[in-house]
Amino acid sequence: MNRIDELFKRKRESVLSIYFTAGYPELNDTVHIISGLEKAGADLIEIGFPFSDPVADGPVIQASSHRALENGMNLDILFEQLSGIKATSSIPKIMMGYFNTVYQYGIDHFISKCATSGVDGVIIPDLPPEVYEREYRQLFEAAGLHVIFLVAPQTNPERAEYLETLTKGFLYRLSMSGTTGNAIAGDETWGKRSNGKPVLIGFGIHDHATFELACRHANGAIIGTGFIRHLATLEEDRLSKKKIDGRKKDRETKERSEDRGREIAEICKGFIQKIRS
Amino acid sequence: MSKSKYSPDSDGYYGEFGGAFIPEMLVPNITELRENYLKIIESDEFIKEFHHLLRDYTGRPTPLYFAKRLSEKYQTNIHLKREDLNHTGAHKINNTIGQVLLAEKLGKKRIIAETGAGQHGVATATVCALKGLECVVYMGALDVQRQAPNVTKMKMLGATVVPVESGNKTLKDATNEAMRDWINHPDDTYYIIGSVVGPHPYPDLVARMQSVISYEISLQLNTHIGRSFPDYVLACVGGGSNAAGGFYHFLENPAVKLIGAEAAGKGIDTPETAATLALGKTGILHGSKSKLIQDKYGQVIEPYSISAGLDYPGVGPLHSYLQSTGRCTYIPVTDQEALDAAMELTQLEGIIPALESAHALALLSKQKWNRSHHMVIILSGRGDKDMDTYSKYFSHESH
Ligand SMILES: Cc1ncc(COP(=O)(O)O)c(C=O)c1O
Repeated sequence: MNRIDELFKRKRESVLSIYFTAGYPELNDTVHIISGLEKAGADLIEIGFPFSDPVADGPVIQASSHRALENGMNLDILFEQLSGIKATSSIPKIMMGYFNTVYQYGIDHFISKCATSGVDGVIIPDLPPEVYEREYRQLFEAAGLHVIFLVAPQTNPERAEYLETLTKGFLYRLSMSGTTGNAIAGDETWGKRSNGKPVLIGFGIHDHATFELACRHANGAIIGTGFIRHLATLEEDRLSKKKIDGRKKDRETKERSEDRGREIAEICKGFIQKIRS
Repeated sequence: MSKSKYSPDSDGYYGEFGGAFIPEMLVPNITELRENYLKIIESDEFIKEFHHLLRDYTGRPTPLYFAKRLSEKYQTNIHLKREDLNHTGAHKINNTIGQVLLAEKLGKKRIIAETGAGQHGVATATVCALKGLECVVYMGALDVQRQAPNVTKMKMLGATVVPVESGNKTLKDATNEAMRDWINHPDDTYYIIGSVVGPHPYPDLVARMQSVISYEISLQLNTHIGRSFPDYVLACVGGGSNAAGGFYHFLENPAVKLIGAEAAGKGIDTPETAATLALGKTGILHGSKSKLIQDKYGQVIEPYSISAGLDYPGVGPLHSYLQSTGRCTYIPVTDQEALDAAMELTQLEGIIPALESAHALALLSKQKWNRSHHMVIILSGRGDKDMDTYSKYFSHESH
């Protein structure tokens, strides 16, 4: 059974999904962030793979993508990182990114890499559902990979129904119409929890209050920009520390990696605590 | 404007190229446009108003001028389609007039646009002033510098010009930011795209608005040379709108050879280039599938051209299709070749072309032409906006 389905079978309330951009702040933070979030009690992780032209994203995620690309992140490296923690990490994982990167990688290649790297689902915001259905659905389904679709507030009811039928695992409902990272106000258009597929609300959820609000309307919520902002403070701290304590730069990699892991685990714990309570 | 094999299918595909690869947030806007654009632009009311404005406001038809001295030099018959004589100085206004009328009919109050050279930005700001609509133009911060006179014009016309600091700070980045604005303003805003790019139905919509160029050429040639088609049409290709308009009515006539000039920048064997059709692979950017300059992981490579209007890593899906079927040929032209061609036209004919248009003129020296053939070169714009670049070039030359 797909781990996303397992999750929602076990838990229908206050499901917390965290998005981060792979390769940010540093290329090798992917593993630290995933294990940090998993230990801290996130339910689901969305791993953003960076694209040069992220049109659906606001400034914070744009900057993280830009940085990740500068750090050298690409799909080969990311899949290698994910394969490395496949045996030790059991939290359901979703890959999220723009269609061109998947298209160039090769759809078949991408799917088989997802399958062998412990990925459970995929979100590609600029892949139209009609194209997915016509050209790619069979490939994803045959590999047991869930493709999750987004519904916007202004999506008409007929289309929303179509998207709900097509989506696998859960439906991603946007809190408002806009790019990622905008402020939100609670709204009736968020709809009610349905008895059908689970619904997570995303875009604009960033603290305890907005998370609670979203959980009243849905099975849980997705936080992206809020978490990246939090990681950004880490980035700045680290840079200033580096300046003060030049010696630390030269420590051997393993030790540094353990330090970095602890540091990131703390960040994740603090963030999830803040959201949950 | 009947359906031809060069019109997109109902999903917006030209062969394998085109479509509408947009996030869900844009689906309502794009659906509204797709369901209404043909109905509106084919209505008598629209046609009447469009043609009235093209004639009395823009100054159409633009002349088809027989360039005698240039023809002598290249031993052929060269006719220049003088889009540079349009109000605001380029072909871009054909499209913005059409789209602003469409926006009005759809009840939109706020207009956004992206711009590279600033010509589309000026053309958009102009029609917004004409119609009393709010106007926001996104422009790469580098282009804001390169095309300062156009920035001043847009501001005078009442538009807000937003310099875009991301990426290479050129046209691609301005387009990203305009799309984000549209996502953030789903109800009241109409996005006037400036070329035959973007999600369906934009490529088709813009091609139809620009098709007035080849329509007029046809009539004018008939009067000048007694037949309604040339042997060649030559045009520069950024996104590809002046080329699409100049080719449009000749696409189904195999006697007319169609050649596009892309910006090679410093050369297609250097990283500083924008020659998408020579170097690109099929990919998805700004809502459509087309040729795209990108790395092996699908990251878009920042393009370069001396000409801000051609400095774009993609190209309209129609052109990718026309290239793939062999109907049109696309040839890369370097910065230097374009500058030389601009100088040549200026001194032989007394016309200072836009740097973009100079790329089309540079095709003349790329092959031998037949003495009896007639060719039309689309002179897409005038050189006023490029005087800074030209003066740098000539002060350099004279040392
Ligand atoms: C004068 C002129 N010609 C050509 C272009 C290129 O656009 P397109 O390829 O859409 O005609 C521009 C773009 O700004 C322009 O200003």
